[in-house]
Amino acid sequence: MADTLVPAGEDAAVKEKHLRHHFATAEQQMDAATLGMWTFLITEVLFFGGMFASYAVYRNIYLDAFASTSQYMNVVLGGTNTAVLICSSLTMALAVRAAQLSNRKHLTLFLILTMIFGTVFLVIKGFEYHSKWVEGLVPGIHWSGYLEHPEFAHHAQILFSLYFYMTGMHALHMVVGLGLLSYLLIQARRNIFKATYFAPVEMIGLYWHFVDIVWIFLFPLLYLIGHRR
Amino acid sequence: MTTHTTHIVHIPKVSTLVLVWLALMCATGLTTAVSYVELGWFNIVIALLIAVTKASLVVWIFMGVRHTTNLTKLFVVAGLVWLGILILITFSDYSTRSWVYQAQPWSHGPGNGAATK
Amino acid sequence: MATLVQRSPEVEAEEVNYLNVEHGWKSWLLTTDHKRIAVLYLISITLMFFVGGLMAVLFRINLLEPEGLFSAETYNRLFSMHGIVMVFFFLVPSIPATLANFLIPIMVGAKDLAFPRVNLLSWYIYIAGAALTLYAVARGGVDTGWTFYAPYSSTYSNSYVLAAAFGVFTAGFSSILTGLNFIVTVHKMRAPGMTWSRLPLFVWSNYATGLIQVLGTPVLAITLLLLAFERIAHVGIFDPNIGGDPILFQHLFWFYSHPAVYIMILPGMGVISEIVSCFSRKRVFGYNFVAFSSMAIAVLSFVVWGHHMFLTGESMYTGLAFSILSFMVAVPSAIKVFNWTATMYKGSVSFDTPMLYAFGFIGLFTIGGLTGLHLATLGTDIATHGTYFVVAHFHYVMVGGMVMAFMGGLHFWWPKITGRMYPEAWSKFAALIVFIGFNLTFFPQFILGYLGMPRRYHAYPPEFQALNVLSTAGASILGIGYVIPMVYFIWSLRAGPKAGPNPWGAAGLEWQIQSPPTTFNFDETPVVTEEAYNYGPLEEIVG
Repeated sequence: MADTLVPAGEDAAVKEKHLRHHFATAEQQMDAATLGMWTFLITEVLFFGGMFASYAVYRNIYLDAFASTSQYMNVVLGGTNTAVLICSSLTMALAVRAAQLSNRKHLTLFLILTMIFGTVFLVIKGFEYHSKWVEGLVPGIHWSGYLEHPEFAHHAQILFSLYFYMTGMHALHMVVGLGLLSYLLIQARRNIFKATYFAPVEMIGLYWHFVDIVWIFLFPLLYLIGHRR
Repeated sequence: MTTHTTHIVHIPKVSTLVLVWLALMCATGLTTAVSYVELGWFNIVIALLIAVTKASLVVWIFMGVRHTTNLTKLFVVAGLVWLGILILITFSDYSTRSWVYQAQPWSHGPGNGAATK
Repeated sequence: MATLVQRSPEVEAEEVNYLNVEHGWKSWLLTTDHKRIAVLYLISITLMFFVGGLMAVLFRINLLEPEGLFSAETYNRLFSMHGIVMVFFFLVPSIPATLANFLIPIMVGAKDLAFPRVNLLSWYIYIAGAALTLYAVARGGVDTGWTFYAPYSSTYSNSYVLAAAFGVFTAGFSSILTGLNFIVTVHKMRAPGMTWSRLPLFVWSNYATGLIQVLGTPVLAITLLLLAFERIAHVGIFDPNIGGDPILFQHLFWFYSHPAVYIMILPGMGVISEIVSCFSRKRVFGYNFVAFSSMAIAVLSFVVWGHHMFLTGESMYTGLAFSILSFMVAVPSAIKVFNWTATMYKGSVSFDTPMLYAFGFIGLFTIGGLTGLHLATLGTDIATHGTYFVVAHFHYVMVGGMVMAFMGGLHFWWPKITGRMYPEAWSKFAALIVFIGFNLTFFPQFILGYLGMPRRYHAYPPEFQALNVLSTAGASILGIGYVIPMVYFIWSLRAGPKAGPNPWGAAGLEWQIQSPPTTFNFDETPVVTEEAYNYGPLEEIVG
């Protein structure tokens, strides 16, 4: 059975404990939380969107420079990170499912796995940033010249600026996500989440998936521009 | 009236989630592989199509939008539409900057030397 | 009448309301009651209003002399900080964070907003942003204009750009959270029987405002961040030296800032709908049209931003498109004006202070709106872009419009919020002073702009002096007009006559509960069976 009907009367005590005074029913509270989280995610879409718009504009007018500069991005690390995040999305979805089934052990396991994947992502990102620094490819702060195609040196700085802004903002969101997951883990260990109350897990899951989606776009747009040699 | 339509909790099957995961991994491999093939302007089209497909899978299955209210679906679409407005209209400025104005015989502006009195 | 020697507790006991239910700092600073948060916001934005107003007083003094009494540097900082403080710390939060925060839960029949703690958080975020910005002011301010255009702001300005930008960035999140709260509240917290078509138009307006806040403000946030990064790194995507385009900054900036002006007017329009119907004792004419016009404004506001960039370098063809769309966005606003007028027609109109402000709004907003069309027309904008015509236009809509609506709303709901009435004679007098002062300040600026005086200049050709002096004189009168209500409102808190639940005989859920309301608004959840604005003759309604 794909979907399980959860009887409304079950674990009424758990439900009531988490019902805030201004809501009439737990369903209303859940509805409001879901709509609120999606509204917040829309703000995030527009937030990243400003950078995507900048990227779109500059890629259009400086395509040769962008295609050439993209060769400097490490596809192996970027691709690995993409895979890592996709795995973390799976474990996050499984964590939400575990909470829906009141399965504390699985919930804890999948939350920890998600956090591990998230940490791996950030570690790999750290390596990437470090190598960019060492190669002198950080615009403004540590730009020691652009070697292979000096005619693209200026526009390469634009791509690299966008690279650091977009992946940096994404990484920041990952860090916040890890913090939220830690909070969930603590609550899960305390056996807070049940079939009748799992809203925080689901909401934070939505956030985590969103951060994954941003990376799904960042990977091809930054690492796979034009034709790779 | 306030609508409470999520009394039913839709719990996904593990197999569904794993299938989606598999699809996402394959799509990642695909997009990487295609980037090594020279297709000119078509590269970006394919890359975006694959990315949009991956994102849609995440939104529809992992984020549970397929079981959510119509209102939530509307919000998701609205967010994407607004992003589209930002990108497309900004883009249109850059695309049309190089267009040259062609004076027509019937326009009597100062640009085409018509006598003005 | 017998005088009691010993006052019995029942006689002296005041009814419990949200103001007296708890006392002490913590009960205010840790409150989750939307009404208390609204009061916190009211105090904060009033303080910021006077900070911004002080800037205005100073630069209007500068403009008394053609050579300018201060240096260009100082003048640039004054008008920039005036704009930043007024736009982001007064106008944007004004009605939403105060009146709407207070009223929306009551108007939909709920006990609070959907996310009360987020509401409190948004106030703290506002305070943090205000503190950062006031720090920038104290250190000498920013001279880039409230528009922060790159590359001046990112590369060449020597002023406190980062502090101001981060202050605004922070305030933006306050705005987003408020909008988010309103959207979810209106969707999910309406009482039984409160269908969308029974909602007061004030709710529709603030809902539409919330949509704009949520969709637009994030783009401002990222734009300011990009600007900050560029300033810190000394190179970035707006830097022409490496192929960056300053116009891109303008696209991103105005994508928010144009819809922002609708954030700044829509709530005011909502207030006018409430006031006009109450003081004409008639339901709003064309309710559906007014409700949908709010939504239309919210949507259309996002596709017109390029009309700020006609002369700065965007493509002429994009300019054409933006011009046509800007004409279209004027239509829903006009629909509202027609509907308010039709509401008054054959109504029983009374001239209480809120209605006086409403009259002022309708006239002055119309002038402001029409002059906006003048600016939306490509040909005439060539002559008036960057002149005082623009300054007059937006002050007519923002001050003649929004601030008047805010004052009107504040007077209309003051008895509900505080349980006290303000003195009617003084309030009418102040309204008159505001109207006179406002027109004296800003009408000459239309003429100045038309004659070619550029904006943001500390000095001007001597032939413009008379009009500038007139404008400064008007500003002083306007300032007095704003101080008078401050005084009598504060006075009324202690000594004003106590107000009953419904001193105006108005329709609406908020007038059916006590003044001031209890913490949870309703003793039991109301069930709504009537349309909004169900007005009958005044005598029928208990005052």
